[in-house]
Amino acid sequence: MANLDPIHVQGLDHFFGAGDARKQAIFDINLTIKRGSLTILMGPSGSGKTTLLTLIGALRDVQTGHIRVLDRELNGADETALVQLRRRLGFIFQAHNLHESLTATQNVLMGLQVHGAGDAAKQRIAAHHMLDLLGLPDRRDYLPGSLSGGQKQRVAVARALVSNPEIILADEPTAALDKASGQTVVELLKALGQQRGATTIMVTHDPRILELADRIITLEDGRIVSDKTND
Amino acid sequence: MNKILSLLFGRLPIGWLQLSHSKGRLIAAVSGVAFANLLVFMQLGILGALNSSTVAPYSLLGADIILSSQAGNTLTDSDNVAQVWMFQALSVPGVAAASPIFIGNLPITLVDGTSATLLTFGVDATKLGFVSPSIAKSLGQLTIENTALIDKGTRGVPADVIAGIEAGNPFSFEANGRTLSAIATMNVSGGFLADGMMVTSDQSFFRLFGARTSAAPNHILLQVDEGVSHDAVATRLRAALPAQSVKIQTLQEAAGADLAFMSTQRPTGIIFGFGVFMGILVGLVIVYQVLSTDVADHLREYATFKAMGYGNTFFLGIVFEEAIVLAIFGFIPGLIVSMGLYAGLVSVTGLPVEMDIGRAVLVFLGTLTACTISGAIATRRLARADPADLF
Repeated sequence: MANLDPIHVQGLDHFFGAGDARKQAIFDINLTIKRGSLTILMGPSGSGKTTLLTLIGALRDVQTGHIRVLDRELNGADETALVQLRRRLGFIFQAHNLHESLTATQNVLMGLQVHGAGDAAKQRIAAHHMLDLLGLPDRRDYLPGSLSGGQKQRVAVARALVSNPEIILADEPTAALDKASGQTVVELLKALGQQRGATTIMVTHDPRILELADRIITLEDGRIVSDKTND
Repeated sequence: MNKILSLLFGRLPIGWLQLSHSKGRLIAAVSGVAFANLLVFMQLGILGALNSSTVAPYSLLGADIILSSQAGNTLTDSDNVAQVWMFQALSVPGVAAASPIFIGNLPITLVDGTSATLLTFGVDATKLGFVSPSIAKSLGQLTIENTALIDKGTRGVPADVIAGIEAGNPFSFEANGRTLSAIATMNVSGGFLADGMMVTSDQSFFRLFGARTSAAPNHILLQVDEGVSHDAVATRLRAALPAQSVKIQTLQEAAGADLAFMSTQRPTGIIFGFGVFMGILVGLVIVYQVLSTDVADHLREYATFKAMGYGNTFFLGIVFEEAIVLAIFGFIPGLIVSMGLYAGLVSVTGLPVEMDIGRAVLVFLGTLTACTISGAIATRRLARADPADLF
């Protein structure tokens, strides 16, 4: 029977390096994230929050312990299975990582075409709609080089969200945004959770967002030191 | 362009967009591929001219089988063969007729004092069947002493002189202390072998080459009976004549053997073959450099796509798309410039350098293959695109 909670982490350890240089970054993490929730990972630099995010996002191999994402065990999963899983996730990076040769619309289309060629006209409409939602209706055909930092970040958010991912993993998504734009992005993530059941895990230091989170987890030295739920 | 490629690939043409985004790099890459194409085309053109020159003299002949000395290399680079083998060959069933042919390089002095060398063929002017029909019609005139047919493409002989000969005004020139008269023209174009070619009667030939005798021709031409297999007669001849002295080949076999000899045994063939190889190598290196730099410059974007769930096939597709774009865009200017240079070479040297569809298609396919190989090597860098590094 399929598990309704999209993310389960159990007994997770993670190490970097080998031999004498081997260093443990994550210690015995146990975690369950509810569907449709907005969870914030906090903690000082080097506390392991980004490592945890990349492990949940199937971007690193699970060494010890278990992670189940969307009912798929990641420990021991082959590359094909991981690639398939990543298509159901949406990543928002701190650096926008837009493709410099593609316009804003084309960058957003990349988030759709990963699922196949599909109907080009419908995909374009969806990409435009997402850019409009993020306040970029007049920047659709701009190359990233002609956009401001905040506009680039909003295009990156549009790219991550356009395919309606079941889980959104975001690393400081509002760092490059002004207050209003940051608020728009977080409210959009929150709305996706409420309307479509999309689950968001976000690494952030932005205090403006904390009150919107359903849950705030704090890590220090690779361990969960605090796990609070907002009522 | 974007729409066409989008339809073709069923996705955004990222390879093309990447290449066209960096105009300077695109121009450099296309120029590099075009230059490599130019190198290959020029080498192939000259190699083709060499091959054409090698087999061009065969177009003068009208025979089924040719007897040559085993010590000879090609039709024009040959040793003497004893005439006695001609009489013995005539006794072999299936051999209808035989005629000797004499070949020599004749230095001539033109009216303006310049000199040239003519590859000279001495033939029996009464045996019309042993030369090609285009020559046979003028062959009877060669029974007149010191007359000759001269190649239209002979270097040093102006076009108006050739036109004059064709209009019935013989052209006189000096050779070995004799005055020869070119009374008609022929079209052979044997550019690499000599400055031109000439056909005389065997009697005129002996006068021009005092040391040569009728007992020692360069080759013996044979015609077989109507309806008899050339190969069967050749087999009988091999059984009848001593293999250590006489080489027996059909005319086609002889031309093929000459081509093989010139391509693999002579420095010119090897040099031009090596030139083709170098051109391909230059193209491979240029395209590899462009593609691998392009991959390196876009590693973060590729890592992002990996994180989004794009698989290896997608990335290979981008690199191969770029390779194909470079191959096509480089080939077109390479072909056009090569055709211009071919025309220049023909006008300056008279060599039979021609662009044919087969060569163009061959070079295009070679360019595609070379670019694809370069792309395949460049994709190794894709492995360095680690999405975990993006966070």
